[in-house]
Amino acid sequence: MFDTLTEKLGAVFDRLSGRGTLSESDVDTAMREIRIALLEADVALPVVRDFIEKVRGRAVGQAVVKSVSPAQMVVKIVHDALVETLGGEEGEGLDLAAQPPVPVLMVGLQGSGKTTTSAKLALTLKKQKKRVLMASLDVYRPAAQEQLALLGKQIGVDVLPIIVGEKPAAIANRAMAEARRGGYDVVILDTAGRLSVDLDMMAEAAEIRNIVNPKETLLVVDALTGQDAVGVAREFNEKIGVTGIVLTRIDGDSRGGAALSMKAVTGRPIKFLGAGEKIEALEPFHPDRLAGRILGMGDVVSLVETAAEKMDKDEAERVAKRMMEGRFDLNDMLSQLHQMQQMGDLKSMLGLLPGMGRFKKQIDEANIDPKVFKRQEAIILSMTPVERRNPDIIKASRKKRIACGCGLSVQDVNRLLKQYEQVADMMKKVKKAGKRGLFGGLPAGFGGGFGGMPIFPF
Amino acid sequence: MSWFEKIKNGLARTAAPLVEGIGAMLTKRRLDKDTLTGLEDVLIMADVGAKTAAELVGELGREKFGKDVTDGEVRAFFADKIAERLEPYARPLVLDETKKPFVILMVGVNGAGKTTTIGKMAKSFRDKGLKVRLAAADTFRAAAVEQLKVWGERAGCPVVSRETGADAAGLVFDAITESQKAGDDVLFVDTAGRLQNKTELMDELKKIIRIVKKKIPDAPHACLQVLDATVGQNAHSQVRLFSEAADVTGLVVTKLDGSAKGGVLLALADEFKKPVVLIGVGEKIEDLQAFDAKDYALSLMGISDRGDK
Repeated sequence: MFDTLTEKLGAVFDRLSGRGTLSESDVDTAMREIRIALLEADVALPVVRDFIEKVRGRAVGQAVVKSVSPAQMVVKIVHDALVETLGGEEGEGLDLAAQPPVPVLMVGLQGSGKTTTSAKLALTLKKQKKRVLMASLDVYRPAAQEQLALLGKQIGVDVLPIIVGEKPAAIANRAMAEARRGGYDVVILDTAGRLSVDLDMMAEAAEIRNIVNPKETLLVVDALTGQDAVGVAREFNEKIGVTGIVLTRIDGDSRGGAALSMKAVTGRPIKFLGAGEKIEALEPFHPDRLAGRILGMGDVVSLVETAAEKMDKDEAERVAKRMMEGRFDLNDMLSQLHQMQQMGDLKSMLGLLPGMGRFKKQIDEANIDPKVFKRQEAIILSMTPVERRNPDIIKASRKKRIACGCGLSVQDVNRLLKQYEQVADMMKKVKKAGKRGLFGGLPAGFGGGFGGMPIFPF
Repeated sequence: MSWFEKIKNGLARTAAPLVEGIGAMLTKRRLDKDTLTGLEDVLIMADVGAKTAAELVGELGREKFGKDVTDGEVRAFFADKIAERLEPYARPLVLDETKKPFVILMVGVNGAGKTTTIGKMAKSFRDKGLKVRLAAADTFRAAAVEQLKVWGERAGCPVVSRETGADAAGLVFDAITESQKAGDDVLFVDTAGRLQNKTELMDELKKIIRIVKKKIPDAPHACLQVLDATVGQNAHSQVRLFSEAADVTGLVVTKLDGSAKGGVLLALADEFKKPVVLIGVGEKIEDLQAFDAKDYALSLMGISDRGDK
C-alpha cells in the first residue's frame, strides 16, 4: 500500500545514466512497473494492456525536463492518461430531463451496496428539492424491502408500501402508477442483487427495464472488486443497459482500479461515489483523485478533507497562530495530540500522504502505535496547569509525581519533554524565519502535503 | 448428483474465461516466452495476483520450457500446483462438542455475505440435530436484525436481538447468557459489516470479543471471516487487518458461482496460512460446502475428471 509508483520507477530510472529524451527501452522498463502497479490496484488486465499502449506512445521520445526526474515525468503522463480515461469532466450528475416521474433503476451484484446507495441517492435528490419515491423490488433477500422502508423513514423519503408476495415486475408497475398519482419527480427502483451469469435474474432485470423505461440505470459496484469488474460491467451493460456507475465503499483502503476497468469497458461515466453506511448524500466523482489513488500516489485532497472534517478548526487555528508567534506550550501539544487521535488510524492516514513509501520501513520499525498518543496525552494530563504553561519548571520531583499520576515511568515523561523541546525549538525557528520557512525545518517529506494542518514530528 | 459434480457445476461458469484464456494462449505448440507471459496474464485475470501468477508460470517454465504442450496439459499442470498450494489450508470447521455453546463469530466487510452464511450454516447444524442460537449483533444496518430473524425461522432456531442502534457488545453478553442457560450446542454471533481500515469499527469488534471472553474465556471458538469472491487485491488488507483485530481462524468464500474466480485465495493461503473452511457456490442452503483444494483447482481449470474417483 505504501510503495508508490514514483519510487518504483525512480529505482528503474536510477539505473539509467543518459538523460535527454526517454528512449524506447527506458519506457519499456517503466511500463512493466506501471503494469504491475495497475494490476495491484485491481485494474482489469485487458484495460491495463490498452492503457499501457496508449501511454507508451506518449512517453517515448518525450524530452526530459531538467527540474523533474524521468520517473516523475512518466508518472505524470500516466496520471494524466488515467484522468482522461476516467472521464475528464467531473461531477456529472443524473440526467433527469424527462416527463416526471422519472424512473431511476439501481442494479448490481449482491452486496454491492444498492439499497444503501438508493437511500443516499434519494437524499441527494431530496436536497435538490425533488419529490422522490423509492421502491424495493428485492423480493429475494430476507428483509431487503424492510431495509429500504427503514432507510426511507430515516431520511424522510416516501417508500412504496410493501405487499407481501408481489413479483418484482408488478412492484415496478405499482411504483410508477403510485408516482404518477402522487406527483413525484423521481422514482428510485432498488432491485435485488444478481450475478451477471444468472441468466434468469438478468432477464428479470431486463423485463423491469422494459416496464419502466428508466432514464438512468445505475450500476452499483463495490470499489473492492477485483479483475471481475470488467466482466460484470460488460454483462450488465449488454443485458440491461447502464447509463452510469456508482462506486461504493470508496472509504475502504482499496485502490479502486475497478472504476477504471468499468469506465473503459462500458464507456459510461462514474457518476457518484458512496462512502460509509450512514445515509448521507452521495459524493461527486473526481477523476484526478481516483487516478492518484490507483497509482498509489496518495490522496492529498481526501486527507485534507478528512482532516477538515475531524478537526476542530478554531482550535487548530488558535494553535497555528501561537506556533507562528513562536509560542508553543504543553497545552498546545495536548491539543495536537487530541486532534491526531481524532483523525483516526495513523497508518491509514499516512497512506494517504504522497511519498510516504520511503518512510514505510522507518514507520514499521518505529512501530508507531496509536496508543503512544494516548500515553503522551496521559502524561500531559497529569501535569498541573502551571507546569503545562511552563514546562521548564518540571524537575526531578515533579517528574516523579507526573509519572505516578499517569502510570508511566520517569523515562516516558522525559521522552515527552524532549519531544516537546524539539517542537518548541522548531517553532522558535519558524518565528525567526517567518512564514515561508515553516516547512524548512521539518524532515523531508513532511512538507507541503500537510498544508495548514498542525504538524507533529515523530 | 455427486458432491464433486455439484461444486464443479457451481464453478463451471467461474472457470470458463480462464479455460478459454489458456486455450487461446496455446496456439503454438511449443512453450515459449510469449506463451508464458500470456498464461501469466490469464492467471492474473483470475485475481491470482501478479506475484503468485509469476510463481506458477515460473514453475511451468522450468518443467516444460521449449517442449510441446497442449492446453489440457497446461491446465492439468496448473490444477496440480494450485491444489498442492491450497491443500494444507482445506480444513473444515470442526465443532468441539465439549464446548457448550461452541461460539462462532462471523466477521467481514459489508455485503460479503455474513448473515446469509450464518443462516445456511445454522440450517445445516439444525438438520444434524444440534441446538443452535443466533445473536444479531449487527445492530447498525437497517433491517439486518430482521434479515437474520428470517433465517432463524427457516432454520428453526432462536434469534437474540435488540433494536437497531443498540450496543452490540451488550447484546452478545445477553446472548451468551441465554445460550448457556439453554444448553445450546452452537451460538453464532453475526457482526455488522465493517471496512477493515475503520479503526473505530475494528475497536468495536475487539470489544465484542472481550465481552465474549469475559463470559467464556476460550471463546470465540471459531472466528470466520467471510470474503466475497469478487474481491480483488484488497482481500490481503481485509484478511490482515481482521486477523489483527479478531484472530480469524478460518475463511469463508462466498459468491463463487458468479463470474469471479476467487483466485485471490491462492495468494491469501500463501500469505496468511488461514484455513478455508467453506465456500458458497449457489443460493441454496446445500450450496455452502466444505472447501476441497483438489476439486477447487480442477474445476477452476475446467477439468471434469477428478481422476481418483
